[in-house]
Amino acid sequence: MRPFTFERAKTPADAAAAASRNPGSRFVAGGTNLLDLMKLEIETPTHLIDVNGLGLDKIEPTEDGGVRIGALVRNTDLSADERIRRDYGVLARALVAGATGQLRNMATTAGNLLQRTRCPYFYDTNQPCNKRTPGSGCGAIGGYSRQHAVVGVSDACIATHPSDMAVALRVLDATVETIRPDGATRKIAIAEFHRLPGDKPQIDTVLMSGELITAVTLPKPIGGAQIYRKVRDRASYAFALISVAAIVQRDGTGRVALGGVAHKPWRVEAAEAEMPRGAKAVTARLLADAKPTAENAFKLKLVERALASVLAEAKGAQP
Amino acid sequence: MKFDTPAKTNPIDQLKVVGKPVDRIDGPLKTTGTAKYAYEHHDVAPDTAYGYVIGSAIAKGRITSINLNEAKAAPGVLAIVTADNAGKLGKGELNTAKLLGGPEIQHYHQAIGVVVAETFEQARAAAQLVQVKYERAKGSFDLAAAKDSGIKPKPGFGGPPDTSVGNFAGAFASAPVKFEATYTTPDQSHCMMEPHASIAVWKGDKLTVWTSNQMIAWGVRDMAKTLGIPKENVRFISPYIGGGFGGKLFLRADVLLAALGARAAKRPVKVALQRALMMNNTTHRAATIQRIRLGATKEGKLTAIAHESWSGDLPDGGPETAVSQTRQLYAGANRMTAMRLAVLDLTEANAMRAPGEASGMMALEIAMDEMAEKLGLDPIEFRILNDTQVVPDNPAKPPSSDPQSKAPEEKHNPHPPFSQRQLTECFRTGAKRFGWNKRNPTPGKTRDGHWLIGIGVAAAFRNNLVTKSAARVRLDNRGIVTVETDMTDIGTGSYTIIAQTAAEMMGVPLDKVVVRLGDSSFPVSCGSGGQWGGNNSTAGVYAACMKLREAIAQKAGFNASDATFTDGQVRSGNRTITLAEAAGDKGLVAEDFIEYGDLDKQFQQSTFGAHFVEVGVNAATGETRLRRMLAVCAAGRILNPKMARSQVIGAMTMGAGAALMEGLVVDKRHGFFVNHDLATYEVPVHADIPHLEAIFLDETDPTSSPMKAKGVAELGICGVAAAVANAIYNATGIRVRDYPITLDKLLDKLPEMV
Repeated sequence: MRPFTFERAKTPADAAAAASRNPGSRFVAGGTNLLDLMKLEIETPTHLIDVNGLGLDKIEPTEDGGVRIGALVRNTDLSADERIRRDYGVLARALVAGATGQLRNMATTAGNLLQRTRCPYFYDTNQPCNKRTPGSGCGAIGGYSRQHAVVGVSDACIATHPSDMAVALRVLDATVETIRPDGATRKIAIAEFHRLPGDKPQIDTVLMSGELITAVTLPKPIGGAQIYRKVRDRASYAFALISVAAIVQRDGTGRVALGGVAHKPWRVEAAEAEMPRGAKAVTARLLADAKPTAENAFKLKLVERALASVLAEAKGAQP
Repeated sequence: MKFDTPAKTNPIDQLKVVGKPVDRIDGPLKTTGTAKYAYEHHDVAPDTAYGYVIGSAIAKGRITSINLNEAKAAPGVLAIVTADNAGKLGKGELNTAKLLGGPEIQHYHQAIGVVVAETFEQARAAAQLVQVKYERAKGSFDLAAAKDSGIKPKPGFGGPPDTSVGNFAGAFASAPVKFEATYTTPDQSHCMMEPHASIAVWKGDKLTVWTSNQMIAWGVRDMAKTLGIPKENVRFISPYIGGGFGGKLFLRADVLLAALGARAAKRPVKVALQRALMMNNTTHRAATIQRIRLGATKEGKLTAIAHESWSGDLPDGGPETAVSQTRQLYAGANRMTAMRLAVLDLTEANAMRAPGEASGMMALEIAMDEMAEKLGLDPIEFRILNDTQVVPDNPAKPPSSDPQSKAPEEKHNPHPPFSQRQLTECFRTGAKRFGWNKRNPTPGKTRDGHWLIGIGVAAAFRNNLVTKSAARVRLDNRGIVTVETDMTDIGTGSYTIIAQTAAEMMGVPLDKVVVRLGDSSFPVSCGSGGQWGGNNSTAGVYAACMKLREAIAQKAGFNASDATFTDGQVRSGNRTITLAEAAGDKGLVAEDFIEYGDLDKQFQQSTFGAHFVEVGVNAATGETRLRRMLAVCAAGRILNPKMARSQVIGAMTMGAGAALMEGLVVDKRHGFFVNHDLATYEVPVHADIPHLEAIFLDETDPTSSPMKAKGVAELGICGVAAAVANAIYNATGIRVRDYPITLDKLLDKLPEMV
């Protein structure tokens, strides 16, 4: 870990301004991912801005009947919130499928969105990784790629985004609210928030330098059976091989997003038109442009079968 | 004390303390965090500096240059030791690769230096400023590719590389029912909770190391040899060990680099191997490729058995002895076994819990399940049909099973009897308890909602090893009995069973016994490994206590043979004195060791068991989740059922990991285990482990030692993974022969989704 300076910001605007004054700085909240990466010198910020005191820890109703989740709401608190459990069940289920109780107590809503890939080549600084060291190559391509992305990949990177929460937010059409160093705020649709790797895998999101997430908002509840199915080798404390977040209405229509298959939560709205025709048809559209490796090609079949069981469960769950 | 005739009735048979499920005597220290582990001895050296290990970034080749300038100038740095300035170093007898590499590199993450600084954070930061340039050399990293270049290894712990009885080829060719298959097991890492850690303190030319090591005497010897200093100048202290599983049998880089760092910095230095070095820097269980061929009569009598195994290691290393159990487990007149060893430039392969049998049983016990099915026999009945009370294949001139002795062998019996063998009883007891008769023998027919349900079984088998072990026993004027031995407690319960032994022998309650372990200034014990620790270390304490009883009797003027020791008193005829009185102000001390004759040659001492497993396989995704597990064990006298149960259910958990998730992944281009942290090398978590039951058959083995006990801690892992694999087959009809059995290996063959 490199030496760094540290300050506690008092307001969101302060925090963004501090980031702009200190190039090479990072915001820190729960620190469950950033501190590990700093110890390994994968992240080497020269300055940390502690945002825990910004007061962004409330879950409030919005004017249009939705919910605004403060950036600093802990994963545990979010998953236990009555409104979230009642109206956005897929989100509560995704949250508790992630990490462990201890980590969820620390991890925040914004931090969860910003966690970095768990690709082992990204974590081993002796190995090539375009995400960690642009231009050094990709160790996973031609190497160990069982956990890696099958769709939206590039020649530079086949990493996945590890979040469960983000997959649920994607299927719920969440919006990310931010503030920039100049004080300007903006709203970013979750669909646009995470990037595909392309030739710049070092950039995970569309956030600009110094831009701070202040909240995530959810639109008015849409009902339906809300299911999050995470498939993994061990029963807990493992990243998804694949995951399915689904909202299925009584008439068989609905929405589907996938985790563990791409550099971002994966959703293809056009594929959802196929939902009444079943999992095979939906998966064919969802993963139409998949380019799996020999080691992770099983994920295509796994998605189809997991989705089939989710749709069957949804049918059974309808009142 | 020499143990060379079967034990008769002795004080242990009173079973007033031994055999009772008493709690760990070190439990309160562990649960309150006051048991000090290697890295936590803050009191011994208040000015301790921190060492951070640098691991090689390449697997094979040479260091062409190291630039230390920036690191030396970093804040807090006191010293940097590399091969360039470490002085001449030897190599321990039990090390394959050098613990400090450079300029030649033998494996990935081989230590190439240690940075010593005032704080841990400073040492770590400075280590990352060390600039190393390498020249890569071509290495061999792929077992399947290197397999055919494998050579016949030297005889070792697992016996000779090849054995042959009768005429396998002929018998197999003419067998009415034949079966043949190849199985693979992956490289595995010990992944104990506590990493390798040491604090080194020099006083003049004398070195003391607080460390975490299973075999104190081996460690001292190899440390002295590596540093080129007399053994007398090295002291190891290792009172508490946060798990070992064989990963701490040997001297490792933490000890050497702490000592070198301390010498260079002229300060005490502590070093813990960072978790990321665990997999590629230390030892690991080697991957195997195993080919099994079985021939049988139509009735199911095995007539031909062949088991061949290929594994890899660094040059001068050894094989994974995966064929060992096949020489002893099932009857059959014609048989052969063979081991071949290829050169692989991965970190060195060595013992991990039940080396040999753990991997061998993973293959053999699937093969037995497959053969039973081919024969149309119940897998339990098939095994019982081929049970044997004599060793079917006992190769001539086997090496002594005493890991500390190199004595020449005496006359050879090709088929010695087992001292005890209750394999059939284990199966029968387990079948009844687990409800085996409710299992549908036709695979893929039992469902519970989304889950395909299956039940599987496998034998458990592991040999018992006898080896010299010494102890010292003191009695003081308060009647306190203090045991001192360099035996270690790696979480197994050594403290407790040693205390129970001393209490039984001296006729005192458990709270009058103090046990001090893990210090090389104490008499040399068997140490902890190969499930030999429990029986041998307590037998050594038995011997020392016998001597102390004699000393007490003599002092009291009693005839030792008719003195009885009970309730803190010694009695003879109508005279009674308390132990405290007998000890007097000066106290009494006795020291002795147990050593063994050839009973382990006259009788094959082994431990047996049966594992029963019920799994659910998710019909959609192929995820396997365990539902119930049972182990029935026959392993001699159980010294403490609570401790033994903990060992066996821990081993079952490890076996479940081996079955379903554990495996180091080799990057065959760059030559290293890619998943080198606990996020990517998955071991079971609580959610993976269902209700576990372990039961012990009533057994005493008078040939093993005066304790009549045998090992049990490794028996618990042997066969578990195969029982899981067989249960998955019963659930799905899918036979997976490559571990771990992850869902991707099932997915294509699961029933169609409707």
